[in-house]
Amino acid sequence: MDRAYKVYSIQNGTVIDHIPTPLALKVIRILGLGNEGIMTIGIGFRSKKYPAGKDIVKVENRVLSHDETDMIALIAPDATINIIKDGRVFEKRQISLPSEVRGILACPNPNCATNKLGAEKHFFLEDRISVTYRCKYCERATVIEADLLSSN
Amino acid sequence: MVSFKNRSVISIRDMSLDDLKKIVDTTRFVKESNPPDFMRDKTVATLFFEPSTRTRLSFESAVLKSGGSVFGIANPGSSSQSKGESFADSIRTVAGYCDVMVIRHPVEGAARMASELSDTPVINAGDGANQHPTQTFLDLFTIKEILGTLDGLKIGIVGDLKYGRTVHSLTHALTLFGAELTFISPPALAMPEHMLKELDDRKIHYRNMEDLEDAGKHNLDILYVTRIQKERFGDPQEYEKVAGSYRITGETIEILGKDIRIMHPLPRVDEIAEEIDSLPNALYFTQAHNGIPTRQALIGLVTGGLD
Repeated sequence: MDRAYKVYSIQNGTVIDHIPTPLALKVIRILGLGNEGIMTIGIGFRSKKYPAGKDIVKVENRVLSHDETDMIALIAPDATINIIKDGRVFEKRQISLPSEVRGILACPNPNCATNKLGAEKHFFLEDRISVTYRCKYCERATVIEADLLSSN
Repeated sequence: MVSFKNRSVISIRDMSLDDLKKIVDTTRFVKESNPPDFMRDKTVATLFFEPSTRTRLSFESAVLKSGGSVFGIANPGSSSQSKGESFADSIRTVAGYCDVMVIRHPVEGAARMASELSDTPVINAGDGANQHPTQTFLDLFTIKEILGTLDGLKIGIVGDLKYGRTVHSLTHALTLFGAELTFISPPALAMPEHMLKELDDRKIHYRNMEDLEDAGKHNLDILYVTRIQKERFGDPQEYEKVAGSYRITGETIEILGKDIRIMHPLPRVDEIAEEIDSLPNALYFTQAHNGIPTRQALIGLVTGGLD
C-alpha cells in the first residue's frame, strides 16, 4: 500500500514495471516519448528481483504497440508491461527482442557509414541469448548495452 | 531460378548457395565461351574513393572485353567530394550516367548505402575492412576450375585470420559448400569468436591450430595464404619470428602433400617463397587472372546482358 501513494495508479494507458534502476529514462528515450501527455516516472523502488532497485514508467492515455514495447527488451528484457483500461489491467504483455532496430542504436564502429556518411542506423537481430545485433552497413556484430542508445 | 538483373552485389552475407553457384557457372561460361559484346550499349562507372589500381583495372578490363563503355574516378582527390559534395549526392548524380556503379570506398557500409540511393545496381569493390565480394567469387571459381568441385573440400586458411576481410568472406562462402576448415594462425591473430560461433551454429567442422606443420596430418586440398601485417606487432623482432614460421616454402609442400594447392589474394610480400611460383601447386596468378571473367560475369548478370 505504501507504494500506491508514491506513484499514482492510472485509468488508461501503459505501465512499464520492473525496469532495473536507473534505466527508466533510457526506456523513455527508446520509446521516443516526449510531449504526449502525462507520464509518471518512478526511480529506485525496493524490489526483491532487483537488489539495486527498480524503476516504473506510466504513460497515460496511450496504449503502446507491440513493436514499441518490444524495443524495451533491448535494455530491460525482464520488464513487465500492463495495458490499463478503465482502471483495470486489460492486457499483461510479454516482450521479446525486436528482429530489427532502426534509428535508436548507434553503431560502435567509428568507420561505419552510419557514423561517417549519414546512413540511417539500422541493426538486425543476430543472437537472442547474448543480445547481439548486426549493423546493416558495416556488418559488425555488437552485443547491445544501454550505452549504445544514440543521443539524437 | 536465381536472377541478378538490377540487383546490387554488396556482401557475401547476402548470398545464397544458389547465388554463388550461378556466379561461378556464369564465370565458367564467360571464360570458356568468350561471349561477344554482351555489354554493348551499357556503361559502367568505376567510382574509387580510395585508390586500388589492381581492382579498378580489373573491372575496367572486364567491361571493355565485354563490349561496354567505362568511365570513373580513380582517386578521391579528383572528385567533387574534395569540393565538399556529400557521398549521397555524388552517387545520386552518377547513378543517372550509367547502368551499373562499381564502388570502392574506405568507409564500411558505403556500398550498401549507395545501393539504397538509386535504382542503378551497385557492385561493391571493397568497403573498408568489411567486404570485397568479387575476391571471394574469383576464389570460388578458381577452386572449382582446378579441383572440379566446391563441395566438401578440406581447406586450410593461414595467416591473419583476425583482421582479414578476404578470409572472413571466403570462410562464410565455403561453409555454404560444406567445407572442412582448418585455421592456422598465431593466437593473437586467430579467427574471431563471432566467426567461430557462426560456424558452430551452422554445424561446420573446423579446427584451430598454431603450427603450420600440424596441418600436414589433415590431408588438405587447398591452403589459402594471407599476409601477416607488420603493423599488428609492437615488436619488429616478434613479427619477423612469427611471419617466418608461416612462410610457404618447398618444405611446406612436402609436409602438406604434393597435391596441395596454394592460393593467395595478392599482393604478397614474402609469405610465399618464389620457388613455389613455377610449381603446379601455385594457383595465385591463376586467381588474379580469373578476376577478369569473374567481373565480366558479374557485370553481365546485373545488367541483364548475361542470364
